[in-house]
Amino acid sequence: MTDAPDRSAAALRDAIGRGEVTVRAAARDALGRAASARAGADGLNILLYQDTDLGDRCRSVQDAVDAKRAGPLAGVPVVIKDNIATTTLPTSCGSRILEGYVSPYRATAVARLEQAGAVVVAKSNMDEFAMGSSTEHSAFGPARNPIAPDRVPGGSSGGSAAAVAAGIVRIALGSETGGSVRQPAAFCGVVGVKPTYGRVSRYGLVAFASSLDHIGVFGRVVDDAALGLQTISGLDPLDSTSAAEPVSELTTAVRGSMTGVVVGRPREYFPDDLDPRIRDRCDRALDALRSLGAEIRDVSLPHTSLAIPVYYIIAPAEASSNLARFDGVRYGLRIEGDGLRGMYEATRSGGFGPEVTRRILLGTYVLSAGYYDAYYRKAQQVRALIARDFARVFDSGVHLLFTPTTPTPAFELGAKSDPYDMYLSDIFTCTANLAGVPALSLPIGRVDGLPIGGQIIAAHFDERQMFAAAYALERSLGAEAHQ
Amino acid sequence: MTSRAARWEDTYEMVVGLEVHVQLKTATKIFCRCSTDFGAPPNQHTCPVCLGLPGALPVLNDRAVELAVRAALALGCEVQSTSIFARKNYFYPDLPKGYQISQFDRPLATKGTVTIGWRPDGSPIVVGITRLHMEEDAGKSIHDRFPAATAVDLNRAGVPLVEIVSEPELRGSVEADAYLKTLKQILEYADVSDVSMEEGSLRVDANISIRRIGETSLGTKTEIKNLNSFSGVMRALEAEYARQCTIRDAGGRIEQQTMLWDANAGEVRPARSKEGSHDYRYFPDPDLPPLILPVERIDRVRRELPELPQARRQRYAREFANLTPYDVDVLTSQVALGDYFEQVARQSGDPKAAANWILGEVLAALNSTHQTIAHFTVRPADLAALLRMVAEGAVSRSAAKQIFTRMVATGDPPDAIAQREGLKQVSDDGALAAWVDQVLAENPGEATRFLAGETRLIGVLVGQVMRKSKGAADPKRVNQLLTERIGK
Amino acid sequence: MSVSLDDVRHVATLARLGLTDDRANALVAELNTILGHMDVLSKVDTSGIEPVAGIGAAGTPLRPDTGPAAALARGIGEFAPRTTDGFFLVPRLSTHEDPEEA
Repeated sequence: MTDAPDRSAAALRDAIGRGEVTVRAAARDALGRAASARAGADGLNILLYQDTDLGDRCRSVQDAVDAKRAGPLAGVPVVIKDNIATTTLPTSCGSRILEGYVSPYRATAVARLEQAGAVVVAKSNMDEFAMGSSTEHSAFGPARNPIAPDRVPGGSSGGSAAAVAAGIVRIALGSETGGSVRQPAAFCGVVGVKPTYGRVSRYGLVAFASSLDHIGVFGRVVDDAALGLQTISGLDPLDSTSAAEPVSELTTAVRGSMTGVVVGRPREYFPDDLDPRIRDRCDRALDALRSLGAEIRDVSLPHTSLAIPVYYIIAPAEASSNLARFDGVRYGLRIEGDGLRGMYEATRSGGFGPEVTRRILLGTYVLSAGYYDAYYRKAQQVRALIARDFARVFDSGVHLLFTPTTPTPAFELGAKSDPYDMYLSDIFTCTANLAGVPALSLPIGRVDGLPIGGQIIAAHFDERQMFAAAYALERSLGAEAHQ
Repeated sequence: MTSRAARWEDTYEMVVGLEVHVQLKTATKIFCRCSTDFGAPPNQHTCPVCLGLPGALPVLNDRAVELAVRAALALGCEVQSTSIFARKNYFYPDLPKGYQISQFDRPLATKGTVTIGWRPDGSPIVVGITRLHMEEDAGKSIHDRFPAATAVDLNRAGVPLVEIVSEPELRGSVEADAYLKTLKQILEYADVSDVSMEEGSLRVDANISIRRIGETSLGTKTEIKNLNSFSGVMRALEAEYARQCTIRDAGGRIEQQTMLWDANAGEVRPARSKEGSHDYRYFPDPDLPPLILPVERIDRVRRELPELPQARRQRYAREFANLTPYDVDVLTSQVALGDYFEQVARQSGDPKAAANWILGEVLAALNSTHQTIAHFTVRPADLAALLRMVAEGAVSRSAAKQIFTRMVATGDPPDAIAQREGLKQVSDDGALAAWVDQVLAENPGEATRFLAGETRLIGVLVGQVMRKSKGAADPKRVNQLLTERIGK
Repeated sequence: MSVSLDDVRHVATLARLGLTDDRANALVAELNTILGHMDVLSKVDTSGIEPVAGIGAAGTPLRPDTGPAAALARGIGEFAPRTTDGFFLVPRLSTHEDPEEA
């Protein structure tokens, strides 16, 4: 692993603001570190597209800095996951069907980062259309974990997690549908946060499963993630599911003590067969919270075991509809066939990989005539029960929940060939997507040198409390989080 | 053929339900801010949302909601406080997302009624409306412009529509036609759409089945698409009815299928239908939370509903008692025509005269000059002025008609035209007497006989005076003057 | 409920995905395994539970009927596979009569 820059994003912004570093130098530095980390196709393959033409962008940010009009991220280089629309680099969603497609508009989240002065330096590798938990299902080759290159970085936002872990940037955007920010954050030893559903606009996030999709943020440390998230949050009139809730400042959520905070330990997330080393790291983190004054309480989220089946009906169903627009007519790949129908089939079978194909078929099946009530409608009802579990616990005096982020550390490339086995890696993360509650993963230790993540979950729109606990825990664990 | 048709009607009843799609007249599309203006170059009015670009999202147009609620209330429907948008999934080149955003289980409105006419015994013929829901229009596919290719224009994709579904309560093609005319008229009065089948803002699909007279259950229905005029609807229904009767009469079964109307050939034929191809896999659109309409809003729209055709007909019958039912029918056939009539009636003080002129001269002029009443060169105030001039005797009726013709051509007020062209009626006895003298002198034969008592010649003589005065003479006074000279 | 080869072919047609025979056969097993895991849901009592709709929703927001339309940084000619005279071009439907499915 390369030497990580020891400046947080905020500190880099301040240094740029004081004139100690130029915007251009910061951007070049990031790309230079990408090169030394071998982030491209010949190495870790975590970055798909790097912007070598940043002159104009750096100049205009520098002008703003010089004129003291700098935004909260002025000059900070960032990496964006390949399924979030940018106008300067392609948006291919890790798929052949969008290979080379450059979006004619940018996502609201990207616009807000850029309006704050951030410089988008690269788009990162991902599982195709965000369907996967390892970034092995990219049409452009698998990505590798910078901590251990024979291992996966997690998925689907593996490239963004790895870019932060490799020290290329301090802040990166990813997306979550079942845990695709928190899980790779845990595997790569960085911070990953999924906000409340609706907190960050989905306009410009290529849809996988609309009711479960979120844009999330990776940070090297909690402060980086906080700065990134508060910059992109807030109501967007272009997204009908965007929430009007006012955005609270997250970077000032630092607190010294956790007295008065009740942290729930849901028993379903600590099953008997949980890897004892992961259990140990979690218990140590809970001890740390306790010693900061928090009360740790045993709680139950009884419908947790239904989460994976519910998720794997709802997500593919919505995906089958969302991916119908990839038909070769208006953008992306087109492969001619026998007439119009032939073109549709040749384009879609030539453009989609096997996991995407599998999920589209599954999703189409569960929505099809005769099966809608038994599968999709039923799953949405059970989803309501899962959401209710969280509501009940948060209404009972519990402020936060703490759990392991994943049941295992990063696994080896090729280790999980059974699709359902792969789906189970989402087991601790997908409940938060189903309920829409905010959740964050931060490093809490290592097992055999591989990072382990601890997950903090809060009630809807209570990101501030969640970050307060994250700051406190991070400070308390110190270097132990990476040992 | 006629005798066979008569035979069918004695045995089989035609049962029809109509699905009508109406474009709402908003400035922007239903889910994005692109213009709905017609006639732009292809794909000019597009954006990430209506192009179906990856990552784009829909946001609902408030005015589309307002007009949809207004349409629903005008049709007597119950508007639901909560309705849900659903995705209708299928593949077509002018359907950019691969699904249409529509409504399925929870539509905007249900259970309306429309009175389409009256039976001989005076009872109204009432047709139920099952539902009215909102949805987005697709783009246009043009199949014959380029060789071996279909050209796709997405300007129309995303224009707001309401779909209005009638109960299968129409009995026969005449009722179907009456329903369409009534629906169009109500929606025009409600000012929600241009409702023009020619322009594509009103489209019709028909569902038709037959059953033996006396049966109560419904037969298998077929759907007819590609209808492009009201008369086409009638002809298509008749053709399909005959086809179904022939099959049933021969002991066969009707197959549920989609038929297409070929207006040129005058026949219906089956669309190529693929087995199992119409599974739309409806599910609630996760990008759009439910549409919630507070009761206060629905009530306000109801209060603010414009006067509808039925109410206007009743009001005219009450307020303008000397209009015939036929007058009322024609004047209320278009809302703009009634508006025009009321202005002329009010300003001239003579509703009957106003009605006569509108049913006569005005409609004829609109027809021959291809104008619409809304943009007619003759302003209501000016026509009213003309009517007052006739009533006061300032111009004769025939002069008035000439003046009107000028008004249509120039848009000038009647008084100016009358002055300019010397059409003001002359009632001055001196001038009239001078013309009478001239005519009598120029027609000695008739003059002698008339003055001797052949009173039937008065028409000829009055006519001569009218001609000599270029229509300006007051014919009644001329008549009196001539009569006074008899025996002198 | 179990998925047959016919089901897979039918669903592939609905989704406009061309499948080789090998792939179709393999998918029968894969889908059945996955769906097998879902059977547990049928045993859950969900009577009276409303399916989740519009999570976090206070009703869909309504926007005014005004422009301007969202601008595109590049024209359709720059990202469309085939355009002529401003139209998107696709192979002509073999019969363009069925306006609801292609």
